[in-house]
Amino acid sequence: MSREGAESRPAVTASTEAMEMIHRLGAAHGALAFFQSGGCCNGSSPMCLKQGELPLGPQDLWLGEIAGAPFYIDSEQYERWGKPSLIIEVSPGAAEGFSLEELEGVHFVTRTAP
Amino acid sequence: MSTVESTTYAPPGEAGSPVELEERYKNFIGGDWVAPTTGEYRENPTPSTGEPFCEVAYSGAADIERALDAAHAAKGAWGRRSPSDRAAVLNAVADAIEENLEMLAVAESYENGKPVRETLAADIPLAADHFRYFAGAIRAEEGRISEIDENTYAYHFHEPLGVVGQIIPFNFPLLMAAWKIAPALAAGNCSVIKPASPTPWSILKLMEVIGDIVPAGVINVVNGPGAEIGKALASNKRIAKIGFTGETVTGRLIMSYAAQNIIPSTTELGGKSPNIFFEDVMAADDAFLDKAIEGLVLYAFNKGEVCTCPSRALIQESIYDEFMPRVLARIGAIKQGDPLDRETMIGAQVSTSQLEKIAGYVQIGRDEGAEVLIGGGRPPLNGRLAGGYYFEPTALRGHNKMRVFQEEIFGPVVAVTTFRTEDEALELANDTLYGLGAGVWTRDGSRAFRMGRAIQAGRVWTNCYHQYPAHAAFGGYKASGVGRENHRMMLEHYTQTKCLLVSYDPSALGFF
Repeated sequence: MSREGAESRPAVTASTEAMEMIHRLGAAHGALAFFQSGGCCNGSSPMCLKQGELPLGPQDLWLGEIAGAPFYIDSEQYERWGKPSLIIEVSPGAAEGFSLEELEGVHFVTRTAP
Repeated sequence: MSTVESTTYAPPGEAGSPVELEERYKNFIGGDWVAPTTGEYRENPTPSTGEPFCEVAYSGAADIERALDAAHAAKGAWGRRSPSDRAAVLNAVADAIEENLEMLAVAESYENGKPVRETLAADIPLAADHFRYFAGAIRAEEGRISEIDENTYAYHFHEPLGVVGQIIPFNFPLLMAAWKIAPALAAGNCSVIKPASPTPWSILKLMEVIGDIVPAGVINVVNGPGAEIGKALASNKRIAKIGFTGETVTGRLIMSYAAQNIIPSTTELGGKSPNIFFEDVMAADDAFLDKAIEGLVLYAFNKGEVCTCPSRALIQESIYDEFMPRVLARIGAIKQGDPLDRETMIGAQVSTSQLEKIAGYVQIGRDEGAEVLIGGGRPPLNGRLAGGYYFEPTALRGHNKMRVFQEEIFGPVVAVTTFRTEDEALELANDTLYGLGAGVWTRDGSRAFRMGRAIQAGRVWTNCYHQYPAHAAFGGYKASGVGRENHRMMLEHYTQTKCLLVSYDPSALGFF
């Protein structure tokens, strides 16, 4: 795990609605962590897991925290994305995969700041 | 067909449809339909209109335990059945799928949004063939004997693992289930299956068809949220192996759970597959050129919801101006509409979240300077289809460093760029995190071979694309996952090796 250096703009932020959902999930499940996914099916989704559920690897880049939850992305993936600032939002429709917000019938979405 | 003239199937449950529909579907556990312990069900919409058409169990972790109880109760007897007995069951499953081909094809199309002409011609026939293939493969399987010395022999047996967990993706709900179930059962295992959340139902229609053919407990299907039951299955101490198809973070979770329980896993995690067109494809205006043009347009197969979607088209610069207009004309001729219409060539995306994501990526492409060559938005569909999850087949032109060339969009969007030399084509092809599929199109056999060997991907289609015969290994290099599916080598992924080391020598070793 490595950290991005101090930059003028946070590498990851979340919308008000997303922050509310993260707090709600935190109240139900305890401390949370986000991992940006890639690849098949739901590959561009941020996955919201219980903290510690997925052991961190040396390639996991810490981008910041949203509503107290750390947000990680694969460092090579972040490089290939062009190191954008990420904005996490929440939309109706259940998430897929093992992401916890599926239980609330919504899914988080990663958008990039213009 | 609902009428003699119509090319459109009536939706499941409506008069004239080949598919009967109930209001509510339970889990399939131990050969019976079992209500979820949670008592909860969720509405299941069809992507073609966005309207719910049935309810499906929304289970909890306790339902996974029930399914595991049933599988463990069945595993001893099933594992001891002779290979020819198990093969007979698999062949009977294949026969039943074939006898119900139209019903299953319509069900699959309706739930997933893919055109019925694809499910009639590909998904369902391939699923039946997969069971036949592994029925044959298990009968041809044999152990090996090693002669250590004239009195000492190592006998190697393939033994079933026992009970395996299998998590199925939403893009080919029945075919991907067949890919996982057939080798597992052939090898003597019992399975607990968690279908993808957007497509919980068509596999239950399959269970209606094969539930009496397969002994109780050998196949069990539990529907519900991945965050709860997917995890309960993948991290369970009572499975001996986990198979998963999906995205990279869940893939890492699966492998991490497997590591914690010291069991094997196979993961298939998608890709960003290059499809490479060398200038000699245009050396003649013939059937091969026509095939190559279709080969590029295959990105729209299954509305791009394919792990191996040829979503990066790399075209030699010298032919781009002649080749691309012909491709665009072919894309422009794609008929989009009701998936149940046999003339429809592209249907609806599986869910609103997928639809949003695709639109988001096309916007990202525009923002980073990609040129929209065709498509780029929602098609104007009216009536019942207005609420469906449709997106036009789209082509973007840009360069390989753009995000639309690097990230899997999982929709009908191809990112097109050009190259000058073979070396540059190879560099672009391999400049990706993933390595699942690739396509090479050329009339030069030596070049095809060189490229095929040098591309870092598990499957390089050469002068073809999107063919999935059971006897050809499929799986990823790099971040596209670990392990293979298809081919009889799969039996090794679903068996344990037992070595009996036997001495026929009456003499002691002499140490003590």
